[in-house]
Amino acid sequence: MQELRLELDDLAIDYGTRRVVSGVSLTLHAGETLAVAGANGSGKSSLLRVLCGLQRPSRGVARYVVAGEIMQPDAARALIGWLSPDLQLYRELTAHENLRFFAQVRGLQLSDADLEALLTDVGLGGRGNDLLAAYSSGMAQRLRFAYALLHNPPILLLDEPTVTFDERGAALFERVAERQRNRGILVIATNDPRELRYGDYVLRLGI
Amino acid sequence: MMLLVAAWAVFLKDVRSELRTRYALNALLLFAVSTVVALSLGLGPLAPSRNADLRLIQSGLLWIAILFAAFTGLSRSFVQEEDARTAAALRLAAPPLAVYLGKLLFNLALLLLLVALTAVLSIVFLRLPVGNPGLFAALLIAGSLGLVAATTLIAAIISRASIKGALFAVLAFPLLVPLLVVAIRGTELALDGFGWDRGILPLQVLAGYTIALVTVSLFLFGSVWET
Repeated sequence: MQELRLELDDLAIDYGTRRVVSGVSLTLHAGETLAVAGANGSGKSSLLRVLCGLQRPSRGVARYVVAGEIMQPDAARALIGWLSPDLQLYRELTAHENLRFFAQVRGLQLSDADLEALLTDVGLGGRGNDLLAAYSSGMAQRLRFAYALLHNPPILLLDEPTVTFDERGAALFERVAERQRNRGILVIATNDPRELRYGDYVLRLGI
Repeated sequence: MMLLVAAWAVFLKDVRSELRTRYALNALLLFAVSTVVALSLGLGPLAPSRNADLRLIQSGLLWIAILFAAFTGLSRSFVQEEDARTAAALRLAAPPLAVYLGKLLFNLALLLLLVALTAVLSIVFLRLPVGNPGLFAALLIAGSLGLVAATTLIAAIISRASIKGALFAVLAFPLLVPLLVVAIRGTELALDGFGWDRGILPLQVLAGYTIALVTVSLFLFGSVWET
């Protein structure tokens, strides 16, 4: 595992005049998991959007240190996998077409067998040629896992990862979380006690 | 090279999505057909005896039909990404320039289809006489390139606004006025049957306009897309 850490320094996120996240400072190393908890509207999802460079903090710094090089989150996107209820894939495309498209724009050369293996890993084996529009919410969530894991990211950000899952889906999350410990950093935004226990550290927002 | 592969992937994805949803295609085609048919029914075949500036009027009508159809459809490739909430996934995975180039290419393909249809309908229903078909086609292609160069960046700007349609027209109009003036005047020359010696100037202006706007867009798009 290469040298990798996430550093937050006095991070704050505002929406208009309302400050939802304030003064967060921490360092997270490869092999560690951060669980972020808090009530609805406390800024869990916003914090994860900052960590993947989709949103800028109102104050403070979020950065990654990768093999000695300091990277802002938007410059580190090739290393980040993100899963969120806000994340939608293309409903008019099949699961295979979605994954192939995102592999191509990421510059990955994946064969059909690679994509099928990934789909099987997330529990969608044999369903790759179905349109996403025909998927149930749980199946769509599994495809979001495949999107997030497509490039074997050393930084994995999971926002409410099991919210639409049954028990077998929850097992997928547990497998991914365990695997990520050997791959790099994992950040989970959740209020589910079963997911919180994966955190080496728990950050409670809105207190 | 990787950038071009990614841009081509964005283009192919948009084509595949469009063929399955007909999100922009139906609106564009419906607008183009209804405009030309309405003009044809309202004005009838325009004869030279009715107006000395006939070629200019015909050229203007043709470009206005193209412009408004373009307003209807060309913003949709970006607006659809925001409305369907797929933009975040795309932002995270694809280089901004690949997104721009892919969308530019998709809009160009869509507009060329629209322009070809509008031109054929105008020739049939408005009895549009084309004195110099080669110059006529070159001007339509050059004008389309300029139109796409301007509208693709504006579509990205307005895609997250709440009043997208109005904002698109407001921002696009001042940018497109010079393009339209040159395209209309140039097309008039082609309809009148003038040669390439007269038609080369509007073609050069349209090419310069397109190059300038694409260059500016390449610099600005990253900020627009990420903001």
